[in-house]
Amino acid sequence: MIYQGKQKIWSDYQKETPADGWFYVRSCIRQSFFPASEKYFLAICRDLLGKDIYESEHHTTCGGIAYHCDTIPQETAMTIVARQFALMTEAGYKNLVTSCITSFGNYTEILETWREFPELEARIRENLWKATRREFEKPEYVAHASDLVYKFRNEIAERAKYRLVDVHTGKPLKIVEHIGCHYSKMFPHKGIGGAEYPCVLSGMVDSWGGEVIDYPERRHCCGFGFRQYMVKANRGYSVSNTHKKFESMEPYHPDAIITNCPGCPYFLDRWQYVISEQTGKTYGQNGFGIPVFTYEELAGLVLGYDSWDLGLQIHQVAVEPLLDKMGVQYDPANKYLGIDKEKLMKPALPSCLKCF
Amino acid sequence: MNYFEELNKDYRFKEGFHTCINCGTCTAVCPAAEFYKYDPRKIVSIVQTKDNNAIEALLKSETIWYCGECMSCVTRCPRKNGPGLVIMALRDLSIRLGFFTESEKGRQIYPLTKALNGNILNYGYCVHPETFKYKDHPESGPVFEWVLNNKKQVYGRLGANYQGKGPGALRHISQEDLDELKAIYDVTGGTERLELVEKYSQAKAEQMGMSMEEYTEFTFSHCSPGHFNNED
Repeated sequence: MIYQGKQKIWSDYQKETPADGWFYVRSCIRQSFFPASEKYFLAICRDLLGKDIYESEHHTTCGGIAYHCDTIPQETAMTIVARQFALMTEAGYKNLVTSCITSFGNYTEILETWREFPELEARIRENLWKATRREFEKPEYVAHASDLVYKFRNEIAERAKYRLVDVHTGKPLKIVEHIGCHYSKMFPHKGIGGAEYPCVLSGMVDSWGGEVIDYPERRHCCGFGFRQYMVKANRGYSVSNTHKKFESMEPYHPDAIITNCPGCPYFLDRWQYVISEQTGKTYGQNGFGIPVFTYEELAGLVLGYDSWDLGLQIHQVAVEPLLDKMGVQYDPANKYLGIDKEKLMKPALPSCLKCF
Repeated sequence: MNYFEELNKDYRFKEGFHTCINCGTCTAVCPAAEFYKYDPRKIVSIVQTKDNNAIEALLKSETIWYCGECMSCVTRCPRKNGPGLVIMALRDLSIRLGFFTESEKGRQIYPLTKALNGNILNYGYCVHPETFKYKDHPESGPVFEWVLNNKKQVYGRLGANYQGKGPGALRHISQEDLDELKAIYDVTGGTERLELVEKYSQAKAEQMGMSMEEYTEFTFSHCSPGHFNNED
């Protein structure tokens, strides 16, 4: 009986993600800091796995960062999202997949609020009609893009050129997984595995041969905190929270970090640089940092895509230590080329954190 | 004005405020409480008293601006409260009443409002490389200074449709689409909010003897001592 009870509870946190037919919306942060991740998410789903994922050039931000920085009223944020739903409806799609975790939380919060307060949904429909003469159907399913990669993780593993295994020792690489707060902390039943045991990233790591490591501050926020990063005067909050996580994970000697929120990989990467500049401390081996990846980047590496086409050169923490452990072939001469292989001046080097 | 009744009109408040048992779980798990002089348990407790003077003091305080809206508290509250949602309602009311200019952290609403909504209405996204300046973001590192100095070449290499037509990352958003966003702001109170923040901030800048340019830079960059737990 107890086993059945647990089984039932666990089933509440599983998602039957539709396999195909998605309307895709981009992320403010991912497209600015990890544009190749969005490119390769689409390449993997569309070109490799043959899925139908549609993008309208007319879609925009969901307004989530402005909303969580408290700079727009709730109705403004909801009506921007209603416009995205209208574009999805007009394009003939019923499932919406977001690149951003803040967006995923925003869409989920809005749909849940409308479910409880139908009069608010009616007002937003009026707002949208007045502003744009558009109408919408609500999506039947909202997923984060990492939900799809999780769903296809074994198909990716079947096509893998490399695995998350140290080619020198034959042992699984030790991976920290970091889930964006708005993936499942607000609405646990909307995330695979819920807030307590989210497995959207750990499932990928398992499938691709790595070993997920547990550490005390595994579920602690990366420290983005919206206004706490966006305002220069507040960034002490942001770096302090990242510092707390790194101090907690350090004894477990992770080889890499995988993330599903667009902001988290930026902060976990860049604050390592800042901590090294401020204190001289680095968290990887031999003066390097711990490389931080988006799930699209790690999937791309496993599939054998070129490291620099994946955009790994625009991380501040050098990724080469992980590439070497995985046995990934890469050409250092191609790292800092521009479009059409134009040779660009290399970036300056940090004063402490070791980079190539 | 009865502030509790005003808060109770906010859907986030309706969702996030039930009976608080003052257990402090929210404070224990809170990333903001770890470093700032911030205690979500106390804030919810004050709101629960419905004491108008005490709530007004909150609306004018530094403390309601310390939350990072990560919503870690929502997961853990044994009574299904959302202190982070209560904070959103308090901030919204503080802005509507102009109380936000009474605190240093509240005054940051001005540069935030200008930057984020400027990006949305001009580029279609909250954050955009065209307005992301390295001098304001030295933490982005020398590698991102390199990206910003070579936007077209680097973004092009990485598969973005940088400033291009059609779909893709960092594409140009058409004026028709931006006009729809502006119309949404006009209809839903977004434009009115921008004007309100501008009006109250201009009055505060004048009171502080600053031009709006100086006020923007000061509120964006200055952090007085006393916000953190390890300070007196």
